[in-house]
Amino acid sequence: MNRLQVELPGLNLKNPIMPASGCFGFGREYSQFYDLSTLGAIMIKATTVEPRFGNPTPRVAETSAGMLNAIGLQNPGLDKVINEELTWLEQFDVPIIANVAGSLEEDYVQVAKEISKSPNVHALELNISCPNVKTGGIAFGTIPEIAKGLTKKVKAVSDVPVYVKLSPNVSNIVEMAKAVEAGGADGLTMINTLIGMRIDLKTGVPVLANKTGGLSGPAIKPVAIRMIHEVSQHVSLPIIGMGGVQSAEDVIEFFYAGASAVAVGTANFVDPLICPKIIEELPELLTELGFDHISECTGRSWNKREKLAHSRA
Amino acid sequence: MIKNELCTIISQKEIAENIYELTLQGELVQSMNEPGQFVHIKVSNGFDPLLRRPISIANIDQFNNQFTMIYRKEGHGTTLLSEKLAGQTVDVLGPLGNGFPVEAIKSGETALLVGGGIGVPPLYELSQRLVERGVKVIHVLGFQSKAAVFYEEAFARLGDTFVATVDGTHGTKGFVTNVIENNNLDFDVLYTCGPTPMLRALEQGYSHKKVYLSLEERMGCGIGACFACVCHTGDDPTGYTYKKVCSDGPVFKAGEVVI
Repeated sequence: MNRLQVELPGLNLKNPIMPASGCFGFGREYSQFYDLSTLGAIMIKATTVEPRFGNPTPRVAETSAGMLNAIGLQNPGLDKVINEELTWLEQFDVPIIANVAGSLEEDYVQVAKEISKSPNVHALELNISCPNVKTGGIAFGTIPEIAKGLTKKVKAVSDVPVYVKLSPNVSNIVEMAKAVEAGGADGLTMINTLIGMRIDLKTGVPVLANKTGGLSGPAIKPVAIRMIHEVSQHVSLPIIGMGGVQSAEDVIEFFYAGASAVAVGTANFVDPLICPKIIEELPELLTELGFDHISECTGRSWNKREKLAHSRA
Repeated sequence: MIKNELCTIISQKEIAENIYELTLQGELVQSMNEPGQFVHIKVSNGFDPLLRRPISIANIDQFNNQFTMIYRKEGHGTTLLSEKLAGQTVDVLGPLGNGFPVEAIKSGETALLVGGGIGVPPLYELSQRLVERGVKVIHVLGFQSKAAVFYEEAFARLGDTFVATVDGTHGTKGFVTNVIENNNLDFDVLYTCGPTPMLRALEQGYSHKKVYLSLEERMGCGIGACFACVCHTGDDPTGYTYKKVCSDGPVFKAGEVVI
């Protein structure tokens, strides 16, 4: 039995570990370090209709146990992603989750429609929560009605299931989750980065050229855990959890909170081999904790029935 | 080939004010084949600081599997690094990036190596490689003040060496560009590493010459995945084409990227 195999809409994952969008490019760099087929899936860098250069540098700033980034959705554009990056990724036995971004509704629709036809794209991740673009993006992610409307439009054109990436920069994340569920989303991915800022001691101005950036890394893990714990009890959609995952133990904590799979982001920058390491460590950790299969961990922090079943085992 | 290895500290000492020379030993030295590459160093086992530190390679000793870095103790990360002692290990990812092309100059020709502050170290390995190839080397090294000067004698053993300090406490008062002009230094190829304003001045001042610049930029991953350290290209200065300092550079031919 594969104790790590997970079935989600559109995704039959050999394990529930995948690099998070924006932290893995399109995989080329990491393929120098290991066989990408080891991964459960790959969430590729956000794709927009036209190429984007992104924000001026500095684009990253370090913080305690975290980092701020303001890359600004740099990507080569829809055509190149489909014809160069996705075709290159076809050599690996790994499903791709394509992160779809844009400024206007029609941008999202066009990217979703075309990219979902690529044979190795098994799901979309609707990026309504990037904090680093001036227009679009974030508004779609903070107003429930707008998020619902966009989800509906994208669902209507997508050939594959649609996961919506939720922003933590909202006052009521459950309301957002319910809205995209009502819009027809097949799943959720959460959380995107928290908006933050760092100011240089000598110059007195923000370190990032964009002034603000998205905070990621271990610093945001408790926020992610809390939000997944909350959302997973109020919607019936599967959740791919993310936010500061660094270890197999973190993965289990996300499952306990309510996630059914986990994405690893910033940790890839520190240790290029982090994903295969976590995948290798998980079975032993499951044994140690007394689980046969990783899916038994989902929602354990609130699901009493599961807890009882487990304690009998 | 990029490797991730726990390297052992052979020695660490402060060689100028807040400037440390750190020598490490590890198998990955066998992959260090060009001057001007860098390594990405994890200075703490925990999450603070979280990211690695990119530090240039100043000397490669493949016979002993050792390499030397010279860095400035400036923030939290480099302070932690400076506290490490011989015998301890450091998590190193590298070698990374593309270095200075030594084949861009022929034996018998003259190379001018211009370094500013903590941009000086990679020029040391470069200078040795050039001398091995029969190239005449001239060094112009700029520092803030006398207390910050390092490796002056080591460079002088390889070729003529001029030093400039901003406050005039050592060598010529002023910038490296003053030294080059005052001494009418002539050369076939210019190799440089240092602060961006210095690189810009050299690129503009010697646009008729062959110039190679090593850039510095804040980095995330160091391997080209995170898009933190991108710059525009010279032939498309406002468009979508880009180069990544970490994996396409850090050394670029003058004009190749916008600095």
